[in-house]
Amino acid sequence: MAILINRNTRLITIGLTGKQGTFHTLQSRDYGTNVVGGVTPGKGGTIHEGIPVFNTAYEAIKETGANAAMVFVPPAFAADSIIECIEAEMPLIIAITEGIPIQDMIKVKAMLKGSKSRLIGPNCPGVITPGECKIGIMPGHIHMPGNVGVISRSGTLTYEAVFQLTQREIGQSTCVGIGGDPVNGTNFIDILEMFEKDPDTKAVIMIGEIGGTAETEAARWIKKNMTKPVVSFIAGAAAPKGKRMGHAGAIISGEDDSAEAKFKVLQECGVTIARSPAELGQKVAEVLKK
Amino acid sequence: MNVHEYQAKELMREFGISVLKGGIANTPAEAVEVAKKLDTKVWVVKAQIHAGGRGKGGGVKLAKSLDEVEKYAKEILGMQLVTHQTGPEGKKVLKVLIEQGCDIDHEYYCGIVLDRVTGQNTFMVSIEGGMDIEKVAHDTPEKIIKAHINPATGFTPAVGRKLGYALGLKGETLNKAIKFFDGLYKLYTQKDCSIAEINPLVTTKTGDVLALDGKLNFDDNALFRHPEIEAMRDVTEESAQELEAGKFGLSYISLDGNIGCLVNGAGLAMGTLDILKIHGGTPANFLDVGGGATKETVQKAFSIILEDKNVKAILVNIFGGIMKCDIIANGVVDAAKELSLKVPLIVRLEGTNVALGKKILSESGLKITAANDLADAAQKAVAAAKGAK
Repeated sequence: MAILINRNTRLITIGLTGKQGTFHTLQSRDYGTNVVGGVTPGKGGTIHEGIPVFNTAYEAIKETGANAAMVFVPPAFAADSIIECIEAEMPLIIAITEGIPIQDMIKVKAMLKGSKSRLIGPNCPGVITPGECKIGIMPGHIHMPGNVGVISRSGTLTYEAVFQLTQREIGQSTCVGIGGDPVNGTNFIDILEMFEKDPDTKAVIMIGEIGGTAETEAARWIKKNMTKPVVSFIAGAAAPKGKRMGHAGAIISGEDDSAEAKFKVLQECGVTIARSPAELGQKVAEVLKK
Repeated sequence: MNVHEYQAKELMREFGISVLKGGIANTPAEAVEVAKKLDTKVWVVKAQIHAGGRGKGGGVKLAKSLDEVEKYAKEILGMQLVTHQTGPEGKKVLKVLIEQGCDIDHEYYCGIVLDRVTGQNTFMVSIEGGMDIEKVAHDTPEKIIKAHINPATGFTPAVGRKLGYALGLKGETLNKAIKFFDGLYKLYTQKDCSIAEINPLVTTKTGDVLALDGKLNFDDNALFRHPEIEAMRDVTEESAQELEAGKFGLSYISLDGNIGCLVNGAGLAMGTLDILKIHGGTPANFLDVGGGATKETVQKAFSIILEDKNVKAILVNIFGGIMKCDIIANGVVDAAKELSLKVPLIVRLEGTNVALGKKILSESGLKITAANDLADAAQKAVAAAKGAK
């Protein structure tokens, strides 16, 4: 089962023929993902690395029956590509691109409302259902199939958590990077809800960071709705206020969006806290034993 | 990116937002020249630094004569202005804005920010103008009125009325306020602001609606389409190291500890600072080398870290994804040799090509402490920094 993507996922890459687009599409295909096409305006009708290329997302979807798109378009044009995918009614759009202007994402967010599309990202490592399908830039080999769902705003910190799990021979159902931008397509709660319904997921790791209140809202949702155990780490306890810590969204602006404030609410809502990112694997092992 | 008040006001004028007449001066003599050209009996001399709270710190003075303009400009120019936003060291004032005075009737607060929950631009106004708005939001949240803007319609007169009536405005003043809000929203969206804050927005005895102060921040990711905003950058207001790092695609923030950090990925870089603190250490910096780092950027990262003389040990923490461990290892070895590294170096590598990376490090002949995992790396870095003299 898992969530979002599986063996039946048919992927197209928007921005396929670029260096990054090509590299990561081939990595995903090597992992076992069914890559059915790509989009690069002006290169329609050609074959790139054995993958048919189309000029528009509409055409690519019509010709290939694709049900997922990975966006590798440079930041200045990425929102346009995402909007094209929404208009073409692509069910799942995963945007890897980092650095999309906020005002562009505000328009994308408004378009998503009431549409047939779900957007994951942008500024994210992508989604992987180990052993079945990888869409994104994460190293496939550190994952193993299993029953722990992972949701995170950060790329490398997700790898860290996954690695700790795999070392303990705890597999993952699906790992979802929701991205480090202040405006994104899918939030913690959306994914938590999917994991709660997914029979293959027994526990969830949620990795948040400073900035915004998404983790606090997720904590309250968990308390009300979640029957499965959740382990959480919030990055940025040592971050100074008012400084943007690498991610566009990782900035403490008030009292509610510090790591301390988030840890506190998570704990109050019955979430198992890992104060150190090195404890994530161990904490999951503990909650699974209960 | 931040700009000065005088630059923010230039942009406001472009968008039809009322501001007082004024001009910028670098010397007391220039200040007098600017003041002479303003048709007014009183002048306001305002320090231009990228921080709020300038008035309380003595950076804003009301002058009643040209002599006073000169006197205050002399006092303020060159002063180390300390406010609650500058830190104890303060910021050196290099420019003053000379503005005409006005007869204030009432002070309000007006801002536009991103509401991250809804993903919409959001107006915030309050009758508590001129105050620290974070304090108002905390103590009396009911005094802040919000209005979300639907990106499909943009600003509408209805939003303007909601905000204006909430402030108790009426008649011609209300109409002027609506025009003010409309202009501010256009400026905010068309110039890709991330914060617009008018504190205070004032109504005058003559019925005008004016921005007495103005703070604009811009979305760094949108600067590519605003060369005119990029041209307003004041490099004297920014950290030289952070700017230099940015040129190489490195995200660097200086902190006050003694363990230099070189990490890939913003989340893991934050997590590394956290775990150092948990084990009793203090990080000297945040540094994300990014996913596309090369041998050269790793070398640059080392030289930036080492410019900080407080650094007593360096922790390299890499989880190779796109980034391959062997590339990092080569960069680390070259940098350590070229910079003849004196401080202890602790390296933790994991992920893509990890075996090759570890081999490069162990065969380098350099004194490198290898760490097995994240916790081990933090403990070894903390111990090394404490052991160093």
